[in-house]
Amino acid sequence: MGAAVFFGCAGIAFGPALALVLLTVAAEPLRVIILVAGAFFWLVSLLLASLIWFISVHLSDQGNARLQYGLLVFGAAVSVLLQEAFRFAYFKLLKKADEGLATISEDGRSPISLKQMAYVSGLSFGIISGVFSVINILADSIGPGIVGIHGDSPYYFITSAFLTMAVVLLHTFWGVIFFDACEKRRYWCLGLVVISHLVTSGLTFLNPWYVASLVPIYIITFCMGIWAFFTAGGSFHNILKCLSCKQEDDSRVMMYSALQVPFED
Amino acid sequence: MITFMNNSDSEDEPCNERTSLMSAESPPVPSYQDGLQASETREAQTHRKRQTGSSRNPNNVADEDASNSDVRVRESALENEEEELTLKYGAKHVIMLFVPVTLCMIVVVATIKSVRFYTEKNGQLIYTPFSEDTPSVGQRLLNSVLNTIIMISVIVVMTVFLVVLYKYRCYKFIHGWLILSSFMLLFLFTYIYLGEVLKTYNVAMDYPTVILIIWNFGAVGMICIHWKGPLQLQQAYLIMISALMALVFIKYLPEWSAWVILGAISIYDLIAVLCPKGPLRMLVETAQERNEPIFPALIYSSAMIWTVGMAKPDTAAKGQSQQTWNAEDGGENHSSTSHSDSQILDTRSPAPSHPITLEEMEEEERGVKLGLGDFIFYSVLVGKAAATPSGDWNTTLACFVAILIGLCLTLLLLAVFKKALPALPISITFGLIFYFSTDNLVRPFMDTLASHQLYI
Repeated sequence: MGAAVFFGCAGIAFGPALALVLLTVAAEPLRVIILVAGAFFWLVSLLLASLIWFISVHLSDQGNARLQYGLLVFGAAVSVLLQEAFRFAYFKLLKKADEGLATISEDGRSPISLKQMAYVSGLSFGIISGVFSVINILADSIGPGIVGIHGDSPYYFITSAFLTMAVVLLHTFWGVIFFDACEKRRYWCLGLVVISHLVTSGLTFLNPWYVASLVPIYIITFCMGIWAFFTAGGSFHNILKCLSCKQEDDSRVMMYSALQVPFED
Repeated sequence: MITFMNNSDSEDEPCNERTSLMSAESPPVPSYQDGLQASETREAQTHRKRQTGSSRNPNNVADEDASNSDVRVRESALENEEEELTLKYGAKHVIMLFVPVTLCMIVVVATIKSVRFYTEKNGQLIYTPFSEDTPSVGQRLLNSVLNTIIMISVIVVMTVFLVVLYKYRCYKFIHGWLILSSFMLLFLFTYIYLGEVLKTYNVAMDYPTVILIIWNFGAVGMICIHWKGPLQLQQAYLIMISALMALVFIKYLPEWSAWVILGAISIYDLIAVLCPKGPLRMLVETAQERNEPIFPALIYSSAMIWTVGMAKPDTAAKGQSQQTWNAEDGGENHSSTSHSDSQILDTRSPAPSHPITLEEMEEEERGVKLGLGDFIFYSVLVGKAAATPSGDWNTTLACFVAILIGLCLTLLLLAVFKKALPALPISITFGLIFYFSTDNLVRPFMDTLASHQLYI
């Protein structure tokens, strides 16, 4: 417990997200705005899901533990579906914004591509989802206490951190795949994304049996990562080119020595 | 938001609605008689303005170098370029406001979460005389509404007083008032804040050290705010005094009164800035008529000045612009309602007093201005969310995102309407909705999920 657990778990949970934000999002104002707006959309979806859950809990028998657990499962499923619905709504909004930016700009191209927007929106959903899941746990991890004193797993903090990291990465990949699927109208891709989200959320119901929940979730994350990589236009060729660190010839560079003002004799 | 006027010499134009609330945001379009020079300067402008690294520069250069004759094409290109630059400036200026608002909120939330002093109840201000320690809910609600009415009336009276002073040109009185309030904020409140922070962390500090620190902090602050200073230092001081003021409000406003006051003040802001006879609108228009900056005091300015070197930069112009960044800013005194003046979001920057010619080439990048009152009330909302007894971080974060989105939407409206707009209503509305719904609906849901280690 204490500062070590706090910093360690925070680093595990948000390290990739922080690196991605600092390297790719922070420098561009438009991407930062898309990041914050994506977080807002996710929050609205969570609000609606909580409302539904809250109403269902208060309409039901509060003493029945099994019923309450069932309502929780129902609430989680509704929340997942609403998140994906709001991701679709955000796609629509960004598509319109993209068209608007393109018409305003000088050469008919918007300053940000839809693929970049897909990535940033996925990242925003991931970050806000991860933060909402784990921030209270992290805040408690600073303070005094003993984990699992009532028989629960003592690995609560570290597994929460790993789950959060997986959720952040998953949302990023889902964002890329989802937007691409909406753009190309491949509805089976959409369905797969929604189903994988439901499966991921369902796997967390197996906690604290961490072998059964963490390992499959990471397998899903890895597969989604590969799928998103190929969706975004990656290929083996790209990886090889990136790894070989070859300098790309910039076709826009002009050779100034070739241009000379003709001499007037 | 950067907005554009298509023609030059602003001083000769009739003062209509559009022109009275904005000034030339870029050097006027050079004459097209000298085609090459025009394209060169525009090229230079383009290069300098496109700092967000678009890949369009080479195309631009190529285009502009090629066509020397077709003025109409270039005019439309310039218009498109202006519009596109508007949007590009828009995104950048949103970020230029996100950063200080975020910093102010971080300072307030960090203080609230660590220093117990600001969450303890130690009396109330005289502006909220009714106590909320009543047994019945109805009585408590009534007391909070009465507190709100008194507070808003005080604010209205102070604002009207300020507008009257401004209209009758009693500048010395206003300056004295602002200097007094910033003096109190920079010295007294900082001293109290330092004392409480030291107490929290159980650090002993002797009086000579305290005097040295407070004296230096306060003196530099007064100079930066009321006279000249580096822009970033001035911005930092404005953020700090906004945070201090917000902390005072969080401490001394009772629970329910604070929420009702937040709601009421955003409604007041809406009325004061948009209604034709609203005090803030009259203030803006009076300042416009006199061609003066609207209270560089009490307004956070995100602008920068660039001087593009060519021949000789005109020192007179530079001097005049430099002067306007001397925010004779006062702090917020809770007894002064000058913060209400600052609840306007303004596109203006001081207009140069002479037409800029080619030789001067002084580019001023216009920034957006946000009143300090907006900083204060945003921070009060987020601070109150952080001060909830449940200690929930989700509520704080939800309010933070809501306020940023509200600010973003307000800036978008600013780009559309191109006139001074109230910055409080949208943000505070979103913030209040998110606070109450997150605290009552989302928190139990997320807590129950976390107790079973479920992720959604």
